[in-house]
Amino acid sequence: MKILVPVKRVLDYNVKARVKADGSGIDLANVKMSMNPFDEIALEEAIRIKEKGNAEEIIAVSIGVQQNQETLRTALAMGADRAILVVATDDVHNDIEPLTVANILAAIALKEGPSLILCGKQAIDNDFNATAQMLSAKLKWSQATFASEIDVKKDIVRVTREVDGGLQTIEAKIPAVVSVDLRLNEPRYASLPNIMKAKRKPLEEISPADLGVEITQRLKVIKTKEPDSREAGLILENIDQLVEKIQENVGG
Amino acid sequence: MKILVLAEINNGELAEDQTSKAVSAAATLGKVDVLCASNQCSVASTNIAKMENVENVLVLEDEFFAQSLAESYSETLLDIINSYSHVFAPSSSFGKNVLPRIGGMLDVMVISDVSKVISEDTFERPVYAGNAIQTVQSVDKVKLISVRTSNYSAVPSTGSANIKKIDCKSNNSLTTFIENKMQTSDRPELTSAKVVVSGGRGVGSKENFEIIEGLADKLGAAVGASRAAVDSGFAPNDWQVGQTGKVVAPDLYVAVGISGAIQHLAGMKDSKVIVAINKDEEAPIFQVADFGLVDDLFKAVPEIEKKI
Ligand SMILES: Cc1cc2nc3c(=O)[nH]c(=O)nc-3n(C[C@H](O)[C@H](O)[C@H](O)COP(=O)(O)OP(=O)(O)OC[C@H]3O[C@@H](n4cnc5c(N)ncnc54)[C@H](O)[C@@H]3O)c2cc1C
Repeated sequence: MKILVPVKRVLDYNVKARVKADGSGIDLANVKMSMNPFDEIALEEAIRIKEKGNAEEIIAVSIGVQQNQETLRTALAMGADRAILVVATDDVHNDIEPLTVANILAAIALKEGPSLILCGKQAIDNDFNATAQMLSAKLKWSQATFASEIDVKKDIVRVTREVDGGLQTIEAKIPAVVSVDLRLNEPRYASLPNIMKAKRKPLEEISPADLGVEITQRLKVIKTKEPDSREAGLILENIDQLVEKIQENVGG
Repeated sequence: MKILVLAEINNGELAEDQTSKAVSAAATLGKVDVLCASNQCSVASTNIAKMENVENVLVLEDEFFAQSLAESYSETLLDIINSYSHVFAPSSSFGKNVLPRIGGMLDVMVISDVSKVISEDTFERPVYAGNAIQTVQSVDKVKLISVRTSNYSAVPSTGSANIKKIDCKSNNSLTTFIENKMQTSDRPELTSAKVVVSGGRGVGSKENFEIIEGLADKLGAAVGASRAAVDSGFAPNDWQVGQTGKVVAPDLYVAVGISGAIQHLAGMKDSKVIVAINKDEEAPIFQVADFGLVDDLFKAVPEIEKKI
């Protein structure tokens, strides 16, 4: 079987997002960009499934600007077999909405016929937590979100989900869309030889129009602002002072 | 404008605080109907009917809805939704699971984690782990909104809504429920507690986490944890606070042995008062804490517990 893994290029999780002075968005010029950490986990899981002999091919897909090539090269170096870049914009500040991303991925899925699509549960930039769910709806495939354990069987995939009250296990018919959570695995680093090898792996470049998908924006971003900031408070000298402060604020 | 709120009901048990806060956000636009779909609805629907600003409680009782599986829930809802312009749900694992699926089915974008309803088409939501707040305007015919419940207070129980039984097609041939492993606890719920005591990697082990739990119990608090503490197996996953865990805004948040990474702050920096205990005076948590103590937690926390 084939596994499709969408990977997004986002502001590196270690870099603090800065709001542009004119309120038009987050400054993404000359900052470190990386693969969305949740997508790394999804890709790692796909690689492990393949290593166990349960998959033949892993296809990484990225949607966005030309520079997403770098993200796809990282995916290929980690262990994806080939990559598809959908160039949907030439402005890195133009975030493609999950609904459009789902339409693009659905078109690719119909062409490629994967049995499993493994997505990160959310992108750490727009924090929508929506693409996987929208994609499975578009494809009318089964949906399993927030996976912390994935067990691929013949026609089904058994997924343990991290939910608010604890853990829930479900079985989803294949083909399925699964979104992954943090505790599923720890992604590997690409080794130098694999980085070299990745340069020769196929990376196809297409446009949304090639797939017959129109880019829409349903949510107009009117303004982006800094959150109310918190000031650093008081460093107390001893435990007694802290006990007093805690008591003042309990039930206050 | 017609507004629907999806009540979160887990196996017959109403998530009252989450649902009430979603009603509270929705009610800024007008009176609301609430959909109560579960395997047992009588207690849940009675409680929902008391929520202020609720006009009708639509009751859909069927074993099929016990676990709110995404396919079962959204397929069914599609029938009902056509008559509503706004659909709200709490931004819990329930809301995040079903609302975007409905969006995909209707070809409508979902507006996740809304922290403020500005008007019928304009909303505020945090992005980048809360490092920025975006104002967005939706052009979709139906607005699908998940509510960041920590930004809202529950509505008073002074209402008396009509309870109406409804019928629906239901269909799910795609997923099957196997089992739940839910945490049970006598402590207050993390997302609605007035006081939260959280432990991080500094706590060091599952056994040591009892120090955190001891202080929490003394204060009648819920227990939280950083991702590092959960990943290391010191605490269960449903205790995680942060960008990808739960978002809390209690009157008092006590962070013990937590460094204060942006992803953790995303889940607690709207707390009224933040207290931090950390042995490293440079720890970033002190930049958001109202009161800090630079000390070894193994010495400080038991002593605090004793003195309170
Ligand atoms: C995509 C993504 C999502 C994430 N989501 C979340 C999330 O939702 N929630 C979250 O919490 N994190 C999240 N993280 C992880 C986050 O980046 C940090 O790694 C994590 O919060 C660190 O946890 P910590 O503060 O417990 O550990 P550390 O950063 O290791 O800090 C431990 C602290 O304990 C102190 N300490 C040690 N011993 C003692 C002692 N004896 N007494 C007193 N103090 C002591 C140390 O000085 C240190 O400050 C996410 C990361 C990524 C990449």
